[in-house]
Amino acid sequence: MKNSSGTAREKGTDLLKVRNLHVEGFSDERWHPIVRGVDLSLKRGEVLGLIGESGAGKSTIGLAAMGYAKPGCRITQGSVLFDGVDLLSMTEARRRRLRGSRIAYVAQSAAAWFNPAHRLLDQTVETAVAHGIASRDKANSDAIDLYRRLQLPEPESIGFRYPHQVSGGQLQRAMTAMAMACRPDLIVFDEPTTALDVTTQVEVLASIRRIVEDFNTAAIYVTHDLAVVAQMADRIMVLRHGQTVEEADTRQMLTAPAQEYTRTLWAVRKLAKPEIQTHDHILSIDNVTAAYAGRVKVLVDVSIKVPRGRTVAVVGESGSGKSTLARVVTGLLPAISGSISFDAKPLPLSLKERSKDLLRRIQMIYQSPDSALNPRQTVEEIIARPLEFYLGLKGQQRDRRIAELMHMIEMDEGFLDRLPGELSGGQKQRICLARALAANPELIICDEVTSALDQIVQEEMLTLLMRLQRELGISYIFITHDIATVRAIADEVVVMHQGKVVEQGLKTEILTPPHAAYTELLLSSVPEMDPDWLTTLLARRKNQGIASAAG
Amino acid sequence: MTSAEPVIQTTGAPRVKRTRRSRMRIALKKAPLSAWFGMGVTLCYILVALFAPLIAPYRETQVFSEAFAPWSHEFMFGTDQLGRDMLTRLIYGARNTIGIAFATTTISFTAGVTLGLLAAMYRGWPDQLLSRAVDVLMSIPSLIFALMLLSIFGSSITSLVLIIALLDSTRMFRLARAVGLNVVVMDFVEVAQLRGEGPAWILRREILPNILPPLIAEFGLRFCFVFLTIAALSFLGVGIQPPSADWGSMVRENATLITYGDVTPLLPAGAIALLTVAVNFVVDWVLHSTSGLRDEK
Repeated sequence: MKNSSGTAREKGTDLLKVRNLHVEGFSDERWHPIVRGVDLSLKRGEVLGLIGESGAGKSTIGLAAMGYAKPGCRITQGSVLFDGVDLLSMTEARRRRLRGSRIAYVAQSAAAWFNPAHRLLDQTVETAVAHGIASRDKANSDAIDLYRRLQLPEPESIGFRYPHQVSGGQLQRAMTAMAMACRPDLIVFDEPTTALDVTTQVEVLASIRRIVEDFNTAAIYVTHDLAVVAQMADRIMVLRHGQTVEEADTRQMLTAPAQEYTRTLWAVRKLAKPEIQTHDHILSIDNVTAAYAGRVKVLVDVSIKVPRGRTVAVVGESGSGKSTLARVVTGLLPAISGSISFDAKPLPLSLKERSKDLLRRIQMIYQSPDSALNPRQTVEEIIARPLEFYLGLKGQQRDRRIAELMHMIEMDEGFLDRLPGELSGGQKQRICLARALAANPELIICDEVTSALDQIVQEEMLTLLMRLQRELGISYIFITHDIATVRAIADEVVVMHQGKVVEQGLKTEILTPPHAAYTELLLSSVPEMDPDWLTTLLARRKNQGIASAAG
Repeated sequence: MTSAEPVIQTTGAPRVKRTRRSRMRIALKKAPLSAWFGMGVTLCYILVALFAPLIAPYRETQVFSEAFAPWSHEFMFGTDQLGRDMLTRLIYGARNTIGIAFATTTISFTAGVTLGLLAAMYRGWPDQLLSRAVDVLMSIPSLIFALMLLSIFGSSITSLVLIIALLDSTRMFRLARAVGLNVVVMDFVEVAQLRGEGPAWILRREILPNILPPLIAEFGLRFCFVFLTIAALSFLGVGIQPPSADWGSMVRENATLITYGDVTPLLPAGAIALLTVAVNFVVDWVLHSTSGLRDEK
C-alpha cells in the first residue's frame, strides 16, 4: 500500500528483466538442465502468458522470476532484475522481504496452500502484517475490500470461514486476495484455474483479470491452456524444453504463429470426429437411482444408452454425478433402483454377483494414472495380470500378447521393465489403456482420462483411443468436463447436472443451439481462442442475467 | 481428424532387465557407512548365534571349580557365579536371546500385519472389533501384563515367545492398519477389485509391496524392543530360565561384581546395546531410502 502510490505504477516502465536464465534440476544422481537460456522482460501492468507442454519449464521460470528455485533445483546462470535490482545476487533475507510484499505467487492448488487450521482472513492479511505494511485492522478492512472486488459472496463474513468451508473457486479467489494484500508489483500465477470446473473457471478468470487491471499489477500467467492464456495475457511466450520457441503479442500469436511448434499447439483444439448414429446398443441404463451410505442420492432416475462400437461422452461439472455413474456401471456402487442391461442381457447390479467373464468385458480407465498403477509393479507385471487372470495365457503366448499390446498403445518393449514412477504422465495413461485392452473388453469406461495430461499428449491419447475403436470396435463411455474433448471423440453426448440427465442426443444436436439452459451455461463457459471471448461472454451474461445462475 | 503416422514412444535405450535383485544392488551401493556398520555387526551376531558350538571354547553349562574367576588366558572374560566361562555364556546367550527375539518378532509381525491389513480392507465391524481389542491390550502396561501372564502360564520358552508376540503384535496391527488405509483407497486396488481378484491376492500383491518399507523398519525396531523386553524379563527372573545362557540374566547374576570395579557384567549389557544400535542403523537406512525423503540440496 505504501509503495502503491503514484507514478511508479505507470504502465510502460520495465519492471522485470530476466536475462539468460539457466536452471538445473537434480534427479538420477545428476543435474539436468530444466531452463536453458530464457530471456524475458515485463513492463508494469503487463500480463505475460507462459505456455508449453509439461516439462517445458514454465513453472520453474515463474518461480525463478521471484528469485526462487524449488528444492532439488538451482539457478546456475543469468540474472533476474526486478525494478533494477538483481534478485539472484542479493541476500536471502532481502529476497524474502521482497517476496510477499512486492512479488506474490498464486499456486494451482489453493486447497494445498491454505492452512486448514486458520481462518481465511487471518491468512489473507498474514503477509501484509508480517511485512509491516499495514496494521491488522487496516489489513482486515482492505482484505474485505479485495474479497468484494474479487466478487466473493458475503465479503464481510467469508473471511471468518475456514478453507474447507468454501468452494474450490472461492478458495482460488481468496488466494488471489492473499497475493494482492500487499499490492505487489508482480504476481506469478501458476495454473490458477487448472483444477477448476469450466463454469467456475470463468468467474475466477474474470475476477483475476479485473483485479490485475484495477491495481495495474504486472503478472506472469503460467498455464497449458491456450484459450485461457488468450483471455488473460497481453503477450504470450511459448516454451519448449526450457527454451523460448517464440514470443509475440497475444493477437498476433493467435492469428499468425511464426513457428511450426506453436501451430501444432494450436491444432490440438481442432481435433474433431464425424459422428455416426447406430441403434445397436451394448449397454443401457434404465431409471437408475444410486446413493452413498444409503441416504445421499447422487444419481436420480438416470437413463443412458451406449451404442455399440461408438462413444458416449458424459459431460457436466464436478458433483454432477458423472463418476458415480461409472461406479454404478462397474458395480462398485450398486444402484438402489433401476436396471442395467449389457449386450441385451440384464447385468447384475453388484460387482460380487458378476461372473469373471462379465467383469472382463467391461473395463475402466481412471483419471489419475499415478494412482491407478501400482507403483511397485513393473509395466510387464501390470499388463500381464489380466492376460493370466482372464485368459489364462502363459509363457510365449503371454509374452507375444504383451508385445502386441505394447505395439497397440504405440510404445516399445523397452518400457516393460520400468516402474510407473519412471514413465511420463502420458505413458502411464497408455499403460492403463493397455491393461484395459489386455482383457479384450467390449466396453471401456474412461473417467476423465485426459484431464491430467497436457494438450499435445491429450491429442495423442485421444487419437489413439479413436484408432483403437475403429480397429477393435470397442465402445466407450467417456466422462469429461472438457468440451474440446467431446468434439474430438464423441458420437453421442449426455449432459448431467446435479445427478440428473439434462440432455442426451447426437453430438451435433447437443452442441448446436438451441440448448437447454444448463447446457448453454456449460458450453458458453468453455474458453475459446478468441482474446475477446471473456469480455464478450461477461457482457452477454450480464445482459441475460445468466451469470447469477452460475453461482 | 489428422491421419499422421503414430509416433512410437521409445525408451531411447536397449531393454535393460531391471529385476528386484538388481534394484536392490543399486540401493546397497548407495548405502551410507552407518548402514554398512549396522549390517556388518548384525551379520556377525547372526553368525555367532548360528555357529555357537563351533566358536565357543567350552560347553554352555560346563562348570569349572573357580567361581568369579578374573580375566585370564584360560577364561577370557573370567567365570560367573557358578564357575561357568563368561565368553562361552555370551556366545550361547546370543543364540538364545536372538533366536527367541527373532521368533517372537516374526510371529507378532505376521499376526499383526495380517489382521491390520484385513481391518483396513474390510473396515466396518471386523475393523471395530479388532481395533477395540487392540486398544484394550495396549491400555495395560506391557511389562506388568507380561509378568502377570508369565506367572499364570509359567516361564517356558513357548509361553514367553507367545506372550511377548501377542503384546507386540498390537503395535504392528496399528501400524499396518494405518499405512494400509492409505493404500486401500488407491485406484489400483479398485482396479484389482473390478478385475475380480480375491482379497488374498489384493492384500499380498497390491497392498503389501507398497507398505513394506515402513513395516520392515518397524520389524527392525520391534526386534530391538522384544530383545530388550526379554532381557528385562530375564533380569527380573521370569524370562529365559537357567541353565540356558541369556544376556539379561547374565547381567543380573553377576551384578555384584560391579561393586568390586569389575566390568564383566557390563559385557552382556554391551552386547545388547551394540546389537540394538546396529539394527537401528539398518532400519534408519531402509526408512530413509524408501520413504522418498530427500535431503534438500
